[in-house]
Amino acid sequence: MTQSFLFDLSELSVGQHWYWIIFGFPIHGQTLITTWFVLAVIATLSISANRNLKETPDGLQNLTEYITEFIRDIAKTQIGEYDYLPWVSFLGTIFLFIFVSNWSGALLPWHVLKIPNGELAAPTGDINTTVSLALLTSISYFYGGISKKGLGYFKRYVSPAVFLLPINILEDFTKPLSLSFRLFGNILADELVVGVLVVLIPLVVPIPLILLGLFTSAIQALVFATLAGAYIGEAVEEHHLLFSLFFSYLIY
Amino acid sequence: MNPLIGAASVVAAGFSVGLAAIGPGVGQGTAAGYAVEGIARQPEAEGKIRGALLLSFAFIESLTIYGLVVALVLLFANPFVGRLTNYLSYTL
Repeated sequence: MTQSFLFDLSELSVGQHWYWIIFGFPIHGQTLITTWFVLAVIATLSISANRNLKETPDGLQNLTEYITEFIRDIAKTQIGEYDYLPWVSFLGTIFLFIFVSNWSGALLPWHVLKIPNGELAAPTGDINTTVSLALLTSISYFYGGISKKGLGYFKRYVSPAVFLLPINILEDFTKPLSLSFRLFGNILADELVVGVLVVLIPLVVPIPLILLGLFTSAIQALVFATLAGAYIGEAVEEHHLLFSLFFSYLIY
Repeated sequence: MNPLIGAASVVAAGFSVGLAAIGPGVGQGTAAGYAVEGIARQPEAEGKIRGALLLSFAFIESLTIYGLVVALVLLFANPFVGRLTNYLSYTL
């Protein structure tokens, strides 16, 4: 079978990484490259939209204001009206990074650029990226709770009843675990499905699955940001019995 | 690689994804059913119902994804097979 351009483009490799050794640590180089690309995209969008700010927005400023209002809405719904403003930037960073990285991984023809080992893909398709985002969320809700309530923050581990203590402690481990696995699994699964279909039929047929992947990856960005907001809201809230019952049902 | 480990990993990976898809499948179907009933009962609440439905889908879906992650780990990053050391030879 002759090697054609399409066969080269449709090659799929899983679990292969381009290792860089930085300060003695092996690091996935392809993830860093795509992360820098995502950062460049977001930075370019923000900088170009924020020069010459006008009272009545138009063009790119309109788009970024819409995104900001969307994120502010998420923060206000999850964290509550009084405490949400300092957290908008954190939730916005999480949402924008995950959204842009998911869509850039799905839409851009990364496979055209060849790297020595492995392939370029969405940075959130690497477990290290998603675990670091989840740990950031963990650290931030601890920081939020402790900075607002001091050591009284740890009272929520034994409220409303002491026998919930092991469950609450376990939650501190399952929250970052579920956040990271949810995002990683979704993105990698979508990439694998599209990749396998492209290996089988490189034209037209993968397109509906790419569209489905765009939809679910956008939802995953929203879910990550919403859950991060919910955990922060849970940590900074003033304690109401009804609220805690409602939250413990909703947040899992 | 030890053939028993290889065979067991492959079988386990297959079961992992297959079994993990059952529960969330039933759950999402039920959720969708109730959501559609809610929309039928009150069509002007469709936006809110759809929003809540999609959010719930993402949470329920993550349970299947856990099974998929276990399968992927067993196939591509199997801890009982020492492969990582080979790839450290690909350096910048």
